[in-house]
Amino acid sequence: MKPANEAAAGDNAVTQEPEITEDLIAAHGIKPDEYANILRILNRAPNFTELGIFSAMWNEHCSYKSSKKWLRTLPTEGPQVICGPGENAGIVDIGDGQALVFKMESHNHPSYIEPYQGAATGVGGILRDVFTMGARPIAAMNSLSFGEVDHPKTRRLVHGVVEGIGGYGNCFGVPTIGGEVRFHSAYNGNCLVNAFAAGLIDADKIFYSAASGVGMPVVYLGAKTGRDGVGGATMASAEFDDTIEEKRPTVQVGDPFTEKRLMEATLELMATGAVISIQDMGAAGLTCSAVEMGDKGGLGIRLDLDNVPQREENMTPYEMMLSESQERMLMVLEPSKEAEARAVFEKWDLDFAIVGETLPEDRFVIMHQGACKADLPLRALSGEAPEYDRPWEETAPAEPLDDVPGIDPIDGLRALISSPNYAAKQWVYEQYDHMVMADTVRAPGLGAGVVRVHGTNKAIAFTSDVTPRYVKANPVEGGKQAVAEAYRNLTAVGATPLATTDNLNFGNPEKPEIMGQFVGAIKGIGEAVAALDMPIVSGNVSLYNETDGVGILPTPTIGAVGLIRDIDAELISGQVREGHVALLIGETKGHLGQSALLAEVFHREDGDAPQVDLVAEKRHGDFILANRALIKACTDLSDGGLALAAFEMAEAAGVGVHLEAHDTPTLFGEDQARYLVACNFDEAEALMVEAGKLGIPIETVGRFTGHAIRLGGSDAPLEDLAQIYRTSFEARAT
Amino acid sequence: MRASVIVFPGSNCDRDMAVAFERAGADVTMVWHKDDHLPEGTDIVGVPGGFSFGDYLRCGAIAAKSPISRSIVAHAGRGGYVLGVCNGFQVLTETGLLPGALMRNANLKFICKPVDLTVETTQSAFTSGYRPGQRITVPVAHHDGNYQVDEATLALLEAEDRIALRYVDNPNGSTADIAGVLSANRRVLGMMPHPERAVDAAHGGTDGVAMFRALSEALVSA
Repeated sequence: MKPANEAAAGDNAVTQEPEITEDLIAAHGIKPDEYANILRILNRAPNFTELGIFSAMWNEHCSYKSSKKWLRTLPTEGPQVICGPGENAGIVDIGDGQALVFKMESHNHPSYIEPYQGAATGVGGILRDVFTMGARPIAAMNSLSFGEVDHPKTRRLVHGVVEGIGGYGNCFGVPTIGGEVRFHSAYNGNCLVNAFAAGLIDADKIFYSAASGVGMPVVYLGAKTGRDGVGGATMASAEFDDTIEEKRPTVQVGDPFTEKRLMEATLELMATGAVISIQDMGAAGLTCSAVEMGDKGGLGIRLDLDNVPQREENMTPYEMMLSESQERMLMVLEPSKEAEARAVFEKWDLDFAIVGETLPEDRFVIMHQGACKADLPLRALSGEAPEYDRPWEETAPAEPLDDVPGIDPIDGLRALISSPNYAAKQWVYEQYDHMVMADTVRAPGLGAGVVRVHGTNKAIAFTSDVTPRYVKANPVEGGKQAVAEAYRNLTAVGATPLATTDNLNFGNPEKPEIMGQFVGAIKGIGEAVAALDMPIVSGNVSLYNETDGVGILPTPTIGAVGLIRDIDAELISGQVREGHVALLIGETKGHLGQSALLAEVFHREDGDAPQVDLVAEKRHGDFILANRALIKACTDLSDGGLALAAFEMAEAAGVGVHLEAHDTPTLFGEDQARYLVACNFDEAEALMVEAGKLGIPIETVGRFTGHAIRLGGSDAPLEDLAQIYRTSFEARAT
Repeated sequence: MRASVIVFPGSNCDRDMAVAFERAGADVTMVWHKDDHLPEGTDIVGVPGGFSFGDYLRCGAIAAKSPISRSIVAHAGRGGYVLGVCNGFQVLTETGLLPGALMRNANLKFICKPVDLTVETTQSAFTSGYRPGQRITVPVAHHDGNYQVDEATLALLEAEDRIALRYVDNPNGSTADIAGVLSANRRVLGMMPHPERAVDAAHGGTDGVAMFRALSEALVSA
């Protein structure tokens, strides 16, 4: 028999848990006052595993501690909303007992460190959020922001991120039907990868994360747990510096084939009635998913880590609790259905393991090799997470715009379309399977993507928008504009806007000027979604997008969805034809501040963002929807103004365009609430009559005809400009 | 026509293929890859697109070892019809039902876009609904669609009129622009483009309809 002291020494040798020191606390991203709070909650010092659990729950990424106060101000309700923020994803009613589940989430930090896997697992994470609720994903989008094209890192990031998104989504089998790609020096040290997914569900078959019932089995589903991604959420809550290469092991590795099987198995499992509640393992893996289910259900959770399927040997409790291995779920099982549930996972060759149970009391207990490795009050982990009212400074009003020199309009257009920001992006979206599931009605390229609701004649339109230059100059108007542009992109294809998801990417919130951008943008977004009746139903905040103290442009990406009740009656999908009239709806004042022309041609980013008149936005959008039948093709006017919009419509159809205007403000101004419509002469007359009755500004600005782009007195062959437009992205950014 | 559409764990065009068969009037049964036999009376087996087992190594190689693949080979051996699309084509080459191999695209990238094809032979139940030399538009979506065969096999395929479809503007580096090939008995077709994504006006093109319709006419169930 071994002496007791020897056995104890042996135990210590196995666990080798480090001492809790100030350095260790700081390395976990826990501030001194937060640690003091932990001591108060526990009435003792935490051990190593417990410290890891607190850091996982209390970091910015999981706790929203800097943003919560402001997020609460966003409009999140409406008759169309079935589930607002707080669950895995938001849900809106699309009629006929069906609903759409959707969300957008960032994977910025990991994508910069390891672009392929970072972007791939970003797609995987958002797909999981959607199918965890019981929905089959039907569409994906992504909004990408990279540094300037000549920066040494940019090309590698573009290739890696695009291949990662394609590699994951294509294999999983969800069409990637839209998104954005932009380049700006402010992203040189921090790229942004915002991934959106939407899924279809029957409104009476939604699954939520709140656990219920005491003593119910907690089941682990999916892939095995490895050491990848340990500490990922904490990494994503800090700025970058020159130690970035050391952070590579915090990035997870994706396996879309396992995700596909996990989705199929999960949906099959749900149909058996075995699922009481379910939560995917995303950031902070096992920790976050277990705490969330317990917290929402008012229960405690005990986990036996010996039963967790493991990919690597000798994993410590700390590693298992903080691993961000992908393609995993946690659920509370209806015990009478265990055999059926197990059979589903065996069919799909996935792990199914009972790893714990629900407890009546407020405890989060972690057992490993017979020892208790953590014993924490569960509610405190999320409920008592820190919340900050960070000091913020209102962004100073922009300086008035200096004179803008005149420019030949064709030269201006050529400069825009040869910039990777405004050139055609087919190099990107042809790497994404945008047709799988055979319901893609409108492919990526221009404006919103449209996907039919399988087996019906309904469709959903998807768009993702933001103009970061505007937000920087004027966070409130910029926030409004992002929503307004999304609204216009939806209405331009004939869709009735339904709801919004926001992905708020900002710099370090501990700086009052950054916090001021955040507060301003939230104010603008809130006003816009209220006025345009597209409430926020889900979202994500990504802060600390800074490197060596330099922040990104404030980038609150707006993902929005709209409903097309009947494709035949409502979808605006026609193409421009020879002879169509070009009609401009909305008022043109020629606002050039912060415009694409200014940035790309004159390399200036000055002046104010355009003002957004939300009443006009709504009226003009309603006008488009009410007159769908008279409109052959339609696009919203945004960056690049009338000239770029007219060129894009013409190029897509292979027909030239002749605009009467020659002056820079009219052609390149970025006034809001405007659409360009193509239709035949009779329809144009009818539209003008209708607009006249309502007092909506409308004017004929030219005609689609011939084989040239003619802007006032200047022209160029369509073919030449199309060549520039089609090749510049690949030539300059890849 | 009784069609059996195979479902590997990573198939993701199985539903799309079933819909295309159904639109042509077929009775469709979905068949799980772990099954070891096809449903009684199967006229045609559809091996759909997707990533059968993740395709992290050679595409289709693991699927070719699934229990159902032996039944597909036996079905073809009895003179049964088989249509393999995209990953399904890769699986058919791995089972040996069709010659050649699908390598990584020449540009090393996944390619998803509509492409123009020419119908090279109408002497098959798959292509009899087209005119000889007809140009059709059908989407591709693959990372490994670069069809390679040795010269002797290519000469044989040409001599036996077994090249069903060629790309007009070769997107992936395939030998002799080959987009689809037939078996010696002309009852097995493997092709990289997705005809099931071109059967509905909402897809933006309907050039795939003639393939499913011709099959349906040729394979009237007893």
